Amino acid sequence: MSVKEIFETMEYGSAPESDAEAKAWLASHKKQFELFIGGKWVKASGKSFAANSPSSGAKLAMISQATKADIAKAVKAADTAGASWRALSGHARAKYLYALARLVQKHARVLAVLESMDNGKPIRETRDIDIPLVARHFYHHAGWASLRDSELSGYEPLGVVGQIIPWNFPLLMMAWKIAPALAAGNTVVMKPAEQTSLTALYFAELCMKAGLPDGVVNIVTGDGETGQAIVAHKGISKIAFTGSTEVGKFIRKATAGSGKDITLELGGKSPFIVFSDADLDSAVEGVVNAIWFNQGEVCCAGSRLLVSEAIADKFYKKLKRRMDKLRVGDPLDKTIDMGSLVDKTQLTRIQNMVEAGLKEGGEIYQANIPMPNKGCFMRPTLITGVDTACTLVREEIFGPVMVAMTFRTPDEAIQLANNTRYGLAASVWSENINTALDMAARIKAGVIWVNSTNQLDAAVGFGGMRESGYGREGGREGMLAYLKPKAKSGNSDAQPIAVIKPTALKSNAPVDGIDKTAKNYVGGKQARPDGSSVMPVVSPEGGLLGEVGRGNRKDIRNAVEAATKSAKWPSSTAHLRAQIIYYIGENLDARKDEFAQRIKSMTGCTLSAAKKEVALSVERLFFYAGFADKFDGAVHAPPVRDIAIAMNEPIGIVGIVAPQTAPLLGFISTLAPVIATGNRAVIIPSDIHPLAATDFYQILETSDVPAGVVNIITGEHDVLTPTLAEHDEVNALWYFGKAGGVAGVEAASIGNLKQVWSHKEQQIDWATSYGRRFMEKASQVKNVWVPYGA
Amino acid sequence: MSIVRNPGIPLDMKYVGGLQINRSALERRASTLGTRRSVKKDNQTAWLLKAITFIDLTTLAGDDTDGRVRRLCTKARHPVRADVLKMLGAEGLDIKPGAVCVYNNFVKTAVQALEGTGIPVAAVSTGFPAGHTPLGTRLSEIRASVKAGAKEIDIVIERHMALNEDWRALYNMVKRCREVCGDAHIKVILATGELGTLTNVAKASMVSMMAGADFIKTSTGKESVNATLPVSLVMVRMIREYLEMTGYKIGYKPAGGISDAKTALVYMSMMKEELGGEWLTPELFRFGASSLLGDIERQLEHRATGRYAAAHHQSLV
Repeated sequence: MSVKEIFETMEYGSAPESDAEAKAWLASHKKQFELFIGGKWVKASGKSFAANSPSSGAKLAMISQATKADIAKAVKAADTAGASWRALSGHARAKYLYALARLVQKHARVLAVLESMDNGKPIRETRDIDIPLVARHFYHHAGWASLRDSELSGYEPLGVVGQIIPWNFPLLMMAWKIAPALAAGNTVVMKPAEQTSLTALYFAELCMKAGLPDGVVNIVTGDGETGQAIVAHKGISKIAFTGSTEVGKFIRKATAGSGKDITLELGGKSPFIVFSDADLDSAVEGVVNAIWFNQGEVCCAGSRLLVSEAIADKFYKKLKRRMDKLRVGDPLDKTIDMGSLVDKTQLTRIQNMVEAGLKEGGEIYQANIPMPNKGCFMRPTLITGVDTACTLVREEIFGPVMVAMTFRTPDEAIQLANNTRYGLAASVWSENINTALDMAARIKAGVIWVNSTNQLDAAVGFGGMRESGYGREGGREGMLAYLKPKAKSGNSDAQPIAVIKPTALKSNAPVDGIDKTAKNYVGGKQARPDGSSVMPVVSPEGGLLGEVGRGNRKDIRNAVEAATKSAKWPSSTAHLRAQIIYYIGENLDARKDEFAQRIKSMTGCTLSAAKKEVALSVERLFFYAGFADKFDGAVHAPPVRDIAIAMNEPIGIVGIVAPQTAPLLGFISTLAPVIATGNRAVIIPSDIHPLAATDFYQILETSDVPAGVVNIITGEHDVLTPTLAEHDEVNALWYFGKAGGVAGVEAASIGNLKQVWSHKEQQIDWATSYGRRFMEKASQVKNVWVPYGA
Repeated sequence: MSIVRNPGIPLDMKYVGGLQINRSALERRASTLGTRRSVKKDNQTAWLLKAITFIDLTTLAGDDTDGRVRRLCTKARHPVRADVLKMLGAEGLDIKPGAVCVYNNFVKTAVQALEGTGIPVAAVSTGFPAGHTPLGTRLSEIRASVKAGAKEIDIVIERHMALNEDWRALYNMVKRCREVCGDAHIKVILATGELGTLTNVAKASMVSMMAGADFIKTSTGKESVNATLPVSLVMVRMIREYLEMTGYKIGYKPAGGISDAKTALVYMSMMKEELGGEWLTPELFRFGASSLLGDIERQLEHRATGRYAAAHHQSLV
């Protein structure tokens, strides 16, 4: 078009960013990449595969497929590097991370272009969002390297960490994984997604330029098979994964019983809630940034629009008009809002999903805009008139598709928001601070954005609840995910947990002559076990101390049901919870002699040892009662005008399998932190010494513990644990029970991806095991971003 | 194109009272207005030429004289060097500023100097810039300007009315001015830098439009903060609201602070994005600026020759 014509039409035209530098870099590698292991490029033993540009279809380079043998090599390199890397001072590690931050900045433009070419996302986003956040992440964690020994004393690195990342934010996800791992003193084996390896390979060169010691960072490319080899490798202490819930579950199952730590950042179907008093035009822009940012290929995308029915029509109208202003096209064009989906597979999957979903109802609106005639592009899409029964509302689409529903009241908004298996993020739009913060407190999600969306920063933890995974990335909570408590001095080698052989019953006559049969404790009442079956409690000499219920599946079901009904406990004040736990301690202390006798008779320990166990149990109750109102959150400092609040929230219903030994102290040490943080507990006490727990019913009954907060089911660990571990209403499971149970619990947890904390088959000295860690494991951090500005 | 003039509507206090702007969210959008779009090469040339047609070439200084005003008008007649236009292939285009904007006392001078050009004269006529003279005086000033040939009247609001949320008073004041303007178009200056909050900016915009404004304008140029993108975004969103409510298209004029070509292009892109391409016409969009023209000329010369241009090669504004 001539100047005169444009003067009339006032079109933008195109403004392509140059890809010359990125292409020159690809050419310098002859478009052929090897693996980055031990600080060098190493030939892979597997085949190569092509990296394609999804917008043009052009082949960008050939990437190596790392095999099991290559992974072994990489782990070995990381392990070798680990000793000296760990031994470096925090400052020395900080200097490397700082250098990486500077290098990312100095190579920002080529990285942005490369990312855009490889992934299909717009250059505006890689240039203004992805790459600056990468640099920010390394800066922030350079600081953590310096501060680790003072701010996180008492912790040490895990060792070699395996990291597997997705294709939607290739370099950013890599930074989220590598920066904290290195700051904490770990070494890494990192696998980028097979669709998007290029910026990770460029980063390998930056590691060389930074002089990072060989083997501290290893980058191994490949597909799911490569990932499986990482997950399976015994030399790896932790797997950090970001990706689909499906693969997350696979990883949990594959690592069950291996002793590996895992953190999972998975899918989502995050609500975007608009109240009638919101700044609607700004909320419309919020929707754009929620679902048409990065083509909607965002795990925390606000993909379920919940609009107040009072303004829904008006809002949809505004939104549709805004959609018609979006520009979709060449990712390197600086005038576009949305680029290409990552590949044909995704495009087809999303299109099929939408097509099938619409058969269940709903009206589709797609942006009325010019579209490129080739490449993996999709129109920005809004689907209204759908409901919670629709597949499109329930399942993650992972594309530029928003589904919309209406609500009438704040309570209904919460019901809709929480009616999902996921819990990654949420966005709440209201000019009323009461409404906004009420929503923030009640939505089950790891990140809540008030009057904003997709805000990300290294200083603020990011991660989900429910099937969106567990673990946090960013902030102090993110650092803790790459550390473990230092082994206690003099006990550096933990002992494997002892296998306890139950004593055989020699006489059916009760030791003290009176028949005593304890029931279960469910919903604040003693309840006869469902199977009406009992099991004997045997003294060390083989005498019958009494009988307890032999619980079964249905008893667990009933206990969880009772816990579910006790819905007020999580929102009760910490002061109230403290008062109740103190009262439990007081009442236990009043009956300390009786409990000591009971422990002595069951375990055969000395009376003074038994008395000590009771005294320590009272001490633990006081400790966690005291902690209940001091387990403060934090206010983070992201570089925007925001109050970013990190709140410690209860996980929900926590199943506990208490230790077989230390029948009272182990029971109290696990139960007290769980209820102090506002969870409700279903606890299976020691199955060989259960009477201390059953005696405890009376303590609970006299201590004002609300019904359903503590539910106790006696029975064999082997029998009861699987039901508890599989139960979808149970949000976390603490397994400190019978030896050999961890693998089964971890594998069974995948149904709803409940968090598992266990003894990892190691002996635990309950006389010295207590503290903040227990509070942390009983809670999850919710980060609430609250922007302000009069 | 002919725009149907906004006759105004009754003041809807319920609507005005409910307006709320979320500053942080609005600023986030404003901060990407300049990064989401880009105009390069011939498109940039065309956009810059168009930008000239939006400029209200303005002189509003204590030391204004007839001579100064005449020089400005001469510049208005020849905003871009003919050789540059020719090199750009734009010689046939009608490139002239939106208006020349002066104090009431210089309207006559300007009208004479612009005779035959079709460039309207705008006058600031209501106790500019504070608006604190008696209403009667201000109305007479408007009458005098209109009589002297001003086709556009830029009035300033009394800030205390907005700050004290006396929207009825503001509505009545603007309505009175509008009546006195007759056929001359009225631009209402909100002095946004002195309104305290973006919500106040939104409410003042809406009340002014309800009272019959043809244009809403950010600033006098005399406040410490003049046109900004966040303030502009609030105002154009209100224009969109008003369009939806009434069907009338209201013009927007950011003034003060827009002195380079690049910023001007961002504002134009904002208009296109938020209101649509039909707002890219002098009937609905103006820049209150004068030094902007010099920078646009230099960019155009650069587009024409490929060499970066010198300021002294352009005639004075």
